[in-house]
Amino acid sequence: MNTGAEVLLASRALGDGLWQTDLSAPTIHCAGCIRNVERGLGGLPGVEQARVNLSTKRVGVTWRGDTPPALIETLAGLGYPAHLCDSGADEKDPELARLIRALGVAGFVAMNIMLFSVSVWSGADAQTRQIFHGLSAVLALAALLYSGQVFFRSAWGALKTGHTNMDVPISVGISLAFGLSLYDTLNHGAHAYFDAAVTLVFFLLIGRTLDHMMRERARSAVRGLVQLSPRGANVLRADGTYTYLPVREIEPGSRILLAAGDRVPVDGWVEDGVSALDCAIVTGESMPQSVKAGASLRAGTLNLTGPLTMVASARADTSFLAEMVRLMEAAEGGRARYRRLADRAAQLYSPVVHSTALLTFLGWMAATGDWHRAIGIAIAVLIITCPCALGLAVPIVQVVAARRLFESGIMVKDGSGLERLAAADSVVFDKTGTLTLGRPRLIDAGAVAPEVLSLAGALAQTSNHPLARAIARAAGTPVQPLPLAAICEYPGLGIEARVKDDVYRLGRAEWALNEATAESGTVLGCNGRKLAAFAFEDALRPDAATAVATLRQANKNITIVSGDRADAVAMAAGQLGIDTFMTNLLPGEKVDYLRQLGDAGRHVLMVGDGLNDAPALAAAYVSMAPATAADIGRNAADFVFLHESLSAVPTAFAIARRANTLIRQNFVLAIGYNAIALPIAIAGYVTPLIAALAMSLSSIIVVSNALRLKPEKTAAVAAP
Amino acid sequence: MNSLIFLIPLALLLGGIGLAAFLWSLRSGQYDDLEGAAARILLEDETNEPPGA
Repeated sequence: MNTGAEVLLASRALGDGLWQTDLSAPTIHCAGCIRNVERGLGGLPGVEQARVNLSTKRVGVTWRGDTPPALIETLAGLGYPAHLCDSGADEKDPELARLIRALGVAGFVAMNIMLFSVSVWSGADAQTRQIFHGLSAVLALAALLYSGQVFFRSAWGALKTGHTNMDVPISVGISLAFGLSLYDTLNHGAHAYFDAAVTLVFFLLIGRTLDHMMRERARSAVRGLVQLSPRGANVLRADGTYTYLPVREIEPGSRILLAAGDRVPVDGWVEDGVSALDCAIVTGESMPQSVKAGASLRAGTLNLTGPLTMVASARADTSFLAEMVRLMEAAEGGRARYRRLADRAAQLYSPVVHSTALLTFLGWMAATGDWHRAIGIAIAVLIITCPCALGLAVPIVQVVAARRLFESGIMVKDGSGLERLAAADSVVFDKTGTLTLGRPRLIDAGAVAPEVLSLAGALAQTSNHPLARAIARAAGTPVQPLPLAAICEYPGLGIEARVKDDVYRLGRAEWALNEATAESGTVLGCNGRKLAAFAFEDALRPDAATAVATLRQANKNITIVSGDRADAVAMAAGQLGIDTFMTNLLPGEKVDYLRQLGDAGRHVLMVGDGLNDAPALAAAYVSMAPATAADIGRNAADFVFLHESLSAVPTAFAIARRANTLIRQNFVLAIGYNAIALPIAIAGYVTPLIAALAMSLSSIIVVSNALRLKPEKTAAVAAP
Repeated sequence: MNSLIFLIPLALLLGGIGLAAFLWSLRSGQYDDLEGAAARILLEDETNEPPGA
């Protein structure tokens, strides 16, 4: 359909008639894919260059000319379903580049200062030591000014709002260490802590950068997996011609031509035409809805079979989709109140550390009256307790956990999602598209005679209707092609074809059979005589039953909330053995239900996919969505799973729980190390050498502990 | 002691070159697609083929 015009809308002009188009193709995964895609697209006329980015699963294409080449069609032909992403909108991540530059500078300075320090520790004479300390001071100043900013700024931001975070003790520690070392260097002192200050910055920046990369990676891979809201539509102008207009420019009253396969761009009603609509993602109803002139249309539903002329009744920003976004913003509850483990630890940690350092200073002051010595020891206390291991303890585990999740096809948005998932005690599922695949499956294919089924399959193959596709799937590929002639699809009714003199009709019973029968549903008729009837169900996701059973074993409360009819929900609930389910719910009612659970002290994991689930996903304590979910739902969810199997839910639970255990172990290790090192520091025995060794050692222990995270039991869950 | 006078600037210079190289590689986009770079070594060099072959 309008892909040419749509590609143009999503492209960015580079000047000189050159255009840049970014496509997201989530199935690219290996070197062979890179070659196929780059060769396939590079060979198209007008294409200057095609470049695959394997990390983000995207293809950037530069092309020349007035009309874009058939990029999406070519990719689909090669076996890589692709869709457009907004070109340039999220190209570079300035924050990550900034962090990596800061990391590079800190690493360079730390290495050089460490070289000087090692020679000082090895017993350089006083003059050389003085030169080395002076050089270290200059380098350290540069590193703190450039790389340390990350921490200073965050600490300042926290202090301004009257809070404290991990960056406050870090900033105080490194500034004081640098200040005292500078004073000592100017006064020809023997000890300087430049190495400790810069190494600390370097280690902590590693943790910070990893944390950031993990979040960005998940975000960019999730973004634009499926483009659900169309970018534009064919609008009929007063002079009878059609123009392709961006969705934002469609006014109420505009007449829009909607081809089969297009999504409804804005709310409106049908003026002309007959078709079937897939509403699963909007309302949760699993069966396609027939529409004809006068029927109302909701933005986001998919037109399946016939062309429709519709009249817009609302602008894009007052359409159903926008309403969902508003509901979501109002619903943000449980997670806004959540404070991350590291921040909670910092809240306890910094007062303790700072008062210990102050008491040490006062104690030594009272005991010796030597203020320089007292300050020196107090700063040694600050450095030794500086939460280096603590700063790494949480992010390193979460990065490893995110990696493990990614290997199982699950993306996590940020670390706090993992922490919240570990605490969840109830699971609320949406039905259509979440517990089920959201596409119908033929029941009892065996009851239909094989030759009748293969005939129905041959007819069904010509249609896009979900029920026809289900029949075609069940029938498989016909052994020999049938001599079908004059195949014709009647939107809203079915498909008709001739074999010699016989007329076959596959579709609604009242249309396919000419006897006035009470029959309803989908049938195959030959000259008006019934050959077979077909019944459908919405197929459960693979491993849905195992996943639900595993969750129940883990003592989670399981509920289904669905917008679908009671009987369809009851059937799915029965198959899975779930006792509590709610049906015919509006989006707002789902949010209310989650709020009730939250008020009752429950920590709820919401798993859902539709537009109507998006507010509930935002309202839940923690949320998860399949990759097929609506854009806004995916953006609201903390986790997105890429594979069809529902075993992703227990897998994510297992990894989150394991990560939580490791984080707690890391806290114990880091605090235990402090408990040993602190008395030595208070007693005044810490030299810069001991500080550097202790700091590196504790970081290495914490990182090694994090690497123990393996998806142990989860493998058993994934394999049924 | 005398040797330090030129060895220290030399060490810093070499380190500085390393840092500059790192920042340059970062800016020229060599860290944009780490997985792709790993996979691309498996591809045939296509410079000898006509474009689009």
